[in-house]
Amino acid sequence: MSGAGDRTVLAVEGLDVGTGHTPLLRDVTFSIARGERVGLIGESGSGKSLTALAVMGLLGEGLHARGDVRLSGRTPATRNLLEVGEREMARLRGDAVTMVFQEPMTALNPTMRVGAQVTEVMRIHGTRDTAGARARAVELLDQVGLPDPAHLARSYPHELSGGQRQRVVLAIALANDPALLICDEPTTALDVTVQATVLDLVVRGVQERDAAMLFITHDLAVVATVCERVLVMYGGRIVEAGPVGEVFADPRHRYTQGLIGASDLAGERGRRQRAALPTIQGTVPPAGRFPDGCVFRSRCAHATDECATLPGWTPRREGDGPGQGSAPGEVGRAAGYACFHPAGGAA
Amino acid sequence: MVRAVRDVSLSVGRGERFGVVGESGSGKSTLLRLICGLDRPTSGEVLVEGRSIGDQPARRLVWLRQRLQLVFQDPMSSLDPRMRVHDIIAEPLVSQGIGGDHAARVGELLGRVGLDPEAARRYPHQFSGGQRQRISVARALAPDPDILVMDEPVSALDVSVRAQVLNLVDEIVDGLDLTLVFVSHDLSVVRHVCDRVAVMSSGEVVETGETERLFAEPGHDYTRSLVAAIPDLRAALAGRSAEDLARGVGPAS
Repeated sequence: MSGAGDRTVLAVEGLDVGTGHTPLLRDVTFSIARGERVGLIGESGSGKSLTALAVMGLLGEGLHARGDVRLSGRTPATRNLLEVGEREMARLRGDAVTMVFQEPMTALNPTMRVGAQVTEVMRIHGTRDTAGARARAVELLDQVGLPDPAHLARSYPHELSGGQRQRVVLAIALANDPALLICDEPTTALDVTVQATVLDLVVRGVQERDAAMLFITHDLAVVATVCERVLVMYGGRIVEAGPVGEVFADPRHRYTQGLIGASDLAGERGRRQRAALPTIQGTVPPAGRFPDGCVFRSRCAHATDECATLPGWTPRREGDGPGQGSAPGEVGRAAGYACFHPAGGAA
Repeated sequence: MVRAVRDVSLSVGRGERFGVVGESGSGKSTLLRLICGLDRPTSGEVLVEGRSIGDQPARRLVWLRQRLQLVFQDPMSSLDPRMRVHDIIAEPLVSQGIGGDHAARVGELLGRVGLDPEAARRYPHQFSGGQRQRISVARALAPDPDILVMDEPVSALDVSVRAQVLNLVDEIVDGLDLTLVFVSHDLSVVRHVCDRVAVMSSGEVVETGETERLFAEPGHDYTRSLVAAIPDLRAALAGRSAEDLARGVGPAS
């Protein structure tokens, strides 16, 4: 491993997930370094959540994963997580890798006081003794901005607002100082003012721990606010990846371009225009119904016969070729796209 | 007594695109139900085209249903899964005793919302979320209303489909000279759609104004924090961080 590679926390290579005959994720490859915040965007059915569940070892029954997933937390990434048993995965979850879900009510145990739920995750993983965990739980609740944390620790989830519950979930996720925090639409169910506060707490929480973060959302503006790098997913494949500033300012894949156009309600001049919004034709096909070759070609205005074959990965800049990525496992896919008829690139 | 909506006074002019924004619990859905005659105000009145709707029983509101129609957020739960699309769209015509060739009218409406006439024979579950929302719009347009009330009509949709439905709303409101009341928690969407906006918080309208003015110079503290909290792609690329967003909102809520 190179020196830079030592900072890699998560390396996913050639991840395929599917049921018996329906492929759902294909050749998903990316890596996240320590302290790096990476966004995963796409519409519903693109495979974002499935990617997170595969990494966590939480795929539902009947789903099979192939490929290579390595996590270096407290121990180096010697084993493919897709091959380790459930017991070992259970030891990693909640400790080296933790997750914040969209719906905070279903993520918490309704019959247990919230302080005890924060304490539990430290006791299960043996990171603190009982007294230490209790004290630490109050500290954590304080860090996520909950008022009067010692008192609030004695509340049940139903006594809290949605925003407060999501802060509790975040406190649980941060309790064992994870190497990797996965957030799946953590603020989608929250009001916009609460979202702003929770996003701030999430970023602060991972920054303080120098943790890696994978942030899943359909909201491009949220990704641009929170993340440094972005992966664009469609039809179970990563179709474009790169630094947020580059991908959003100069999208290369036609899907990324369409997505940005369709979400740009403010318009070029920062104010509403009566002109119609750019749209992507049609709708996202159901799982397993994406076309062969380029997954986007059935909705793409630029598609040609060539797109019936799978487009290879083109690095955004020359010199970013295979093997030139900043970390092993990236296989040069840190910044690039898979499209025969790319947009932009004028720079 | 719990007051869901308090001392709200506002008026919407003919042909106007009026937005109501607020966070959960702000009272915007209650206000919408009052406007549509689905709930009764404890005190005060709602006038539609000069006629009061507050003190009349539902069966006396047929005239209102003809003039004012509603589109809901979730197109799955607002379309009867056991009815064919034709029957769903024709239902307002049937219930209001509007005669004529329903099949032709349904075909015309399907075309208007960008669906194939063949869709009339199918069931809601055979359509995607965006297509279902088009069916909801077609149903709302069936009795040829003057006023269209939409409750979070794009909140359940993907971004690319949201753009299609917003364009459709634009088209029909302009094309049919409708008055639009558009309720949403999403300020960016309201900004795109509406000429004038009322901002609600804790059951009260804290500010009303021309959309652009309200965004550029919010007059009320609450509006200011709401506007400051909206993540924006361009602002983010220019360096606005999550910390900046949170700072704009002020002390933890």
